[in-house]
Amino acid sequence: MGTYFVRRLLTAIPTLLAISFVIFAILDLAPGDPTGTLPPQIKMEVREQIRKALGLDEPFHVRYLLWLKQFFINEPLNIIEQVFNVQIGDSSNRLRVTSWSSRGKPVVDLIVERTPQTLWVVGFAYLLSVLIAIPLGVVGAVRQNSIFDQISTVMAVIGYSVPTFFTGLLAIVIFSVHLKWFPSVYNTTLKVTDWASFVAQIKQMIMPVAVLAFFQTAALSRYTRSSVLDNLKQDYVRTAYAKGFREHYVVIRHVLRNSLIPVVTLVALGIPQIFAGAIITEQIFRVNGLGSLLIIAIQSFDIPVVQTTTFIFAVLIVAFNLIADIVYGILDPRITYS
Amino acid sequence: MEIRKLKPLGYLALLVMALLVLAACAPQPAAPAQEAAPAEEAAPAEEAAPAEEAAPSGRGVGDTLTILYWQAASIANPYLSGGTKDIDAAAIVLEPLASFDENGEMVPRLVEEIPTIENGGVSEDLMTITWKLKEGILWSDGTPLTADDVVFTYEYCTNEETGCGSLTQFNSIASVEAVDAQTVKITFENPKPYPYEAFVGATAPILQKAQFENCVGAAAQTCTEQNLKPIGTGPYKVVDFKVNDVVVYEPNENYREPDKPYFSQVVFKGGGDAAAAARAVLETGEADYAWNLQVEPQILASMEAAGLGQVVTAFATHVERLMINKTNPDPALGEDRSVGVYVTDPDYCPEGFEGYCNVNNHPFLTDAKVVKALSMAIDRNVIAEQLYGAAGKAVCNVLPAPPRYASPNNDDCLVQDIDGANALLDEIGAVDSDGDGIREYNGVPLKILYQTSTNSVRQKTQALIKQWWEQIGVSTELRNIDAAVFFGGDPNSPDTYGKFYADVEMYTNGATGVDPQIYMSNWLCSEVSGPWNNWLGNNVPRWCNPDYDALFDELSATADLDKRAELTISMNDMLVQDGVMVPLVHRGSVSAYSNSLKGVRMNAWDSEMWNIADWYREE
Repeated sequence: MGTYFVRRLLTAIPTLLAISFVIFAILDLAPGDPTGTLPPQIKMEVREQIRKALGLDEPFHVRYLLWLKQFFINEPLNIIEQVFNVQIGDSSNRLRVTSWSSRGKPVVDLIVERTPQTLWVVGFAYLLSVLIAIPLGVVGAVRQNSIFDQISTVMAVIGYSVPTFFTGLLAIVIFSVHLKWFPSVYNTTLKVTDWASFVAQIKQMIMPVAVLAFFQTAALSRYTRSSVLDNLKQDYVRTAYAKGFREHYVVIRHVLRNSLIPVVTLVALGIPQIFAGAIITEQIFRVNGLGSLLIIAIQSFDIPVVQTTTFIFAVLIVAFNLIADIVYGILDPRITYS
Repeated sequence: MEIRKLKPLGYLALLVMALLVLAACAPQPAAPAQEAAPAEEAAPAEEAAPAEEAAPSGRGVGDTLTILYWQAASIANPYLSGGTKDIDAAAIVLEPLASFDENGEMVPRLVEEIPTIENGGVSEDLMTITWKLKEGILWSDGTPLTADDVVFTYEYCTNEETGCGSLTQFNSIASVEAVDAQTVKITFENPKPYPYEAFVGATAPILQKAQFENCVGAAAQTCTEQNLKPIGTGPYKVVDFKVNDVVVYEPNENYREPDKPYFSQVVFKGGGDAAAAARAVLETGEADYAWNLQVEPQILASMEAAGLGQVVTAFATHVERLMINKTNPDPALGEDRSVGVYVTDPDYCPEGFEGYCNVNNHPFLTDAKVVKALSMAIDRNVIAEQLYGAAGKAVCNVLPAPPRYASPNNDDCLVQDIDGANALLDEIGAVDSDGDGIREYNGVPLKILYQTSTNSVRQKTQALIKQWWEQIGVSTELRNIDAAVFFGGDPNSPDTYGKFYADVEMYTNGATGVDPQIYMSNWLCSEVSGPWNNWLGNNVPRWCNPDYDALFDELSATADLDKRAELTISMNDMLVQDGVMVPLVHRGSVSAYSNSLKGVRMNAWDSEMWNIADWYREE
């Protein structure tokens, strides 16, 4: 197990390096230009100077190596400095990975700035959907073809097939425009300090969380349902019933545990996507989290931001793949890594 | 047996679930900690609010003013951005020496009066302009504004490595010097009949020397704190800037007018889309002001009917137009396509373009009558009313405003005339000789590749025009290109508007400020775009007319406004009648504000935030 873990960690390093190179190359090959979003009055020669100021006239390999140095050496050094409050070398002149559209703002700071609202909204929606989807899937499987199962199936199909930009707008029209219950603009500067601000925070979270959770619950509950259905037909379940155990005991103590093994893996693999944010939902409610950071950076061709955030997502995906494999091995003793 | 084995796994499964819960929740406590910093900065603002002063106005007596920009601000230094969203976010803090009001007239901001020849501020030979700063103006940090700050701002923008977006406004300046602490003298390289470009308007405000001293040149790119929280002389100061999300302002306690600004906080929120921003002001009342509402006219009207706010429009000089390629973009020419200069006078070839003059002319678009027919076939009113609504008016001029500069000579284009266009093409012999429904001009079929940026209004315009051109026997192929590519200047991309590998392309352009001189310089012979200047020339039609250049030279030496208008109108008429451009729609800015917000004077000549100091609320 230990050697397996170390081996996986070591193979992750070349994988990630390759990923970073591919991302950089794709972005470099992509047609587009950070001065493309400037107003038309700005003359061509001025645009050329702006491109030079951003370092775009350097050749590809120089820019890539510079980014590698900034991301793998300068940024970790900076984090160490901030955490331990020490100074290593000439830290004020150390170049960090910075955004183009807001000159000089370090990308890591941008990510840190936006993580709270993404975790509040997208993370909470994910948690909520896990908490709803598992019981929903289990009951749907145990009472297969009952009215409850039929209704939850219909809801799951609707949730899965209606896009969030539709449900989101529908929610805004009903709850913001007509009923005026919830705000349609998410306030990222709101600080939860007392009861009133807590209520305000809950109110602004309800719509985006509900819209996202509705979508995610649909997929996850179907997955749980089919996993439980598979297990219900197994011999050990029949044995348990034959021993005279009651149904809820059999389902919760035996069936659920075995059925959850693949579901837990799926949930673990979905966690990196929380950090990728929910681009559309964030856009509709102006949550302005990590998803909108990425999409705005893509639109304005802010390559350092796109490069760094996509790479961090890649790191998270590789990491959670590893975690999912390990968790799977722990949950299912039939699987051994040697 | 198997059941027994699984037993400890139940706890593990629970543990994993618990970890998941923790993973989703753990970073949450970080949120308040991170936001604590601005709260401390906010404290001094409260003591500075003398709330007991005159009732409706008084500094900081109001509540929060919420402004929605669906494109979020990413920087508050207009010199490093050029994007309207960023210029407007900065205009709340930074001030130029003078602004333009909603009628395009100059109003003094940091100076006593606008220098003119009459008051001695502009020298008789048009070589210098002298600005006198108002006495006693303080930066928001309490230090005085001096002429050194103005000189510094000039040095900041003109440093080549800064990458300054407003560089054109500082063109042909020989020197900027501080005569004394309150006096700035600008000397030009040659006579400047219109000297009000540098330090005028929201794109060229004054930066504080003390703050930006170490941010000149390459260092400009790394000065985060300065670029996000510039110290200004304006009514508010930045207290929190979340990039591409929200900017929070509080009153500047050192603002020169003691009872302004009214609001205790301004929130400049970004994100979402135009329709959602309009809804937040007009239907839900969550925001007070929403910018650039490019929304279908019918939808905007139904939102306005809710009665919570009003939609306002203002027009400057922006015109959506078709650019006509005067050179041949035939892909068969390979690297040579769209390379060349079309010179109206065959005996003339401008200096530096030898070997390129009239070598690669377009087979039919160099004939102004063909372009005239294309223009006659278009129903501009349909495009303006159906696709732009309040934000557009049909137009026939390249320069439609200010009124003094608007030519009265091209208005016949406002009425669509398909029969007339057909007759005109017949008359010049461009008839359909092979019966395929497409006319031929000297044997070349009138087939047009028509490109623009990807944008739903532009694609609808393309579709309409294609259909009208079909009715006059012109076949059109449509193409749209992502805006970041199309408007970008990457010399390796074949799809930029500068390369112009198409017969016709469509986009918007206009003048900065009220004076058209810089704008009209776009179509000089020397500006023709091609490999000789890395396709960085601004004259993308590749049209060169020595008469136009002569008129421009005359304009550059003329100070009299009426004479300038006359010259500009002749140049405009030349561009339209020579078939260099086909103007389509005069585009305005559309914003909305709530009924309780007073003092808004919607302005297209300057930042919409230009008079935010005067905004207040009245229920």
